[in-house]
Amino acid sequence: MSYFSNIYYGIKSLLTGMSVTGKYFVKAPWGTITQYYPDNRDTLKMFDRFRGEVVMPHDENNLHRCTGCQSCEIACPNGSIEIIWDRVVDETTGKKVKVIDKHIYHLSMCTLCNLCVQACPTNAIVMAQNFENSVYDRTQLTKVLNKPGSKVHPDVKE
Amino acid sequence: MRLPLFLTTIHDWLYSMMPEIWAKIVEMVLIAVGYLAFFAVAGLFLVLLERWIAAWIQLRRGPNRVGPGGVFQTIADALKLVSKELTGTIKADMFLYNLAPYFPIVSALIVLSVLAFSSTIQAYDVNIGIFFIISVSSIGVIGILLGGWASNNKYSLIGAMRSGVQVVSYELSVGLSLLTMVLLTGSLQLSQIIEVQRTGGWLILQGHIPAIIAFMIYMIAGTAETNRTPFDLVEAESELGAGYHTEYSGMKFAYYFLAEFINMFLVAAIAVTIFFGGWLSPFGITDHIIWLQPVWFLAKVGGIILLMMWFRWTFPRLRIDQILTLEWKYLLPINLVNIVIMAIIILLGWTL
Repeated sequence: MSYFSNIYYGIKSLLTGMSVTGKYFVKAPWGTITQYYPDNRDTLKMFDRFRGEVVMPHDENNLHRCTGCQSCEIACPNGSIEIIWDRVVDETTGKKVKVIDKHIYHLSMCTLCNLCVQACPTNAIVMAQNFENSVYDRTQLTKVLNKPGSKVHPDVKE
Repeated sequence: MRLPLFLTTIHDWLYSMMPEIWAKIVEMVLIAVGYLAFFAVAGLFLVLLERWIAAWIQLRRGPNRVGPGGVFQTIADALKLVSKELTGTIKADMFLYNLAPYFPIVSALIVLSVLAFSSTIQAYDVNIGIFFIISVSSIGVIGILLGGWASNNKYSLIGAMRSGVQVVSYELSVGLSLLTMVLLTGSLQLSQIIEVQRTGGWLILQGHIPAIIAFMIYMIAGTAETNRTPFDLVEAESELGAGYHTEYSGMKFAYYFLAEFINMFLVAAIAVTIFFGGWLSPFGITDHIIWLQPVWFLAKVGGIILLMMWFRWTFPRLRIDQILTLEWKYLLPINLVNIVIMAIIILLGWTL
């Protein structure tokens, strides 16, 4: 008798599958899970944990939080980050301190692994949410993250 | 040859213009061109429909870029295929290799010519209609076998041989399930079959339980005949590359592709003619309006095609042994018993 029960369970399982896809088919015009990407570019919001590229946020006084400790450069597995730094005399204390000249970031080599952001002791660099990173010249992918003339925030201690 | 009213004027004009034999030839050419145009438009539209339905079942949007709502997508695809280079393999059997894509498309076109789109639009009302359709539509598999053989490619050959096994097996179920319904009509001629349904209701209602079983078997076997997804191990992408058309490109590939979709149309059209009353309207509500007949026919065919696409995007592919088990251990015995039941029902007059 397993012959007939096979037929019965076969038809039943096929109908179950068809009911699932049929429900999807009916509700597709209202509830597609994909997005109209190029059309909704203005309203598109990426997710908090999405990793687009490394940026260094600056506040309104053109101050960043990078002390030039090079933790990110050491943490980076494929050498995407290079920091050119210098020692200058601090006016208030008279001590020599390390400041960054250029925080160079190679987006073309970066795998967006987030290790540099985790390694940073002062939260100077974060992951941005943009993803339209294509350019016509690969030299544009080598970016200097600190803005010209920016200084380290006075609250940040090494 | 029977013609709708708006074509009879052209018919008369042609016969007044030239001698009878030439008028006949010109008329045949015109009708063939008309069918070819329908063939191309239907194929392109079905490809588009397939992509939309696939998208909706998977909660995607589907083609929506080319033209309003994406309706010109397949036309763009076809233009791309036309403009592509026709590549081939060096050691292929070039004659068979070039010949093979025409078999599926020609057999599909021949079957299209005997279908009854309405009471007047039917190129040739052959009196062995169903028999003719079954026999001609199985020529298409020769194109697949030749294509796979001539490509000189192992994957193509395996795909083609699988197709041969599958089509030869499922041909039986298609024939026997249609034969079950022919018991009811007593005629193989398509116009006669529809005439029977005009007086007695659609055959799926007349034959009730055995007819529904026959319809289910026909849909399964018909899907297998067209090599569509639950049975698409002919071109199983994950195993064989593209199966029998691995070595084909450009328009030769497009012929195979178009023929697959036209075959789907044909399977649906035969199902509509045999089970759902062809161009008849439900309960005869608009039978007196002649021009609605093809609309009803195409609407019903669309419904069946929707069902086949629903199958395709729901069920996973079967293995070759599962396919043969399904046919020889389940469909064929059920079908044979079903014919006997149908004969007894007709004998006792238990039809609705």
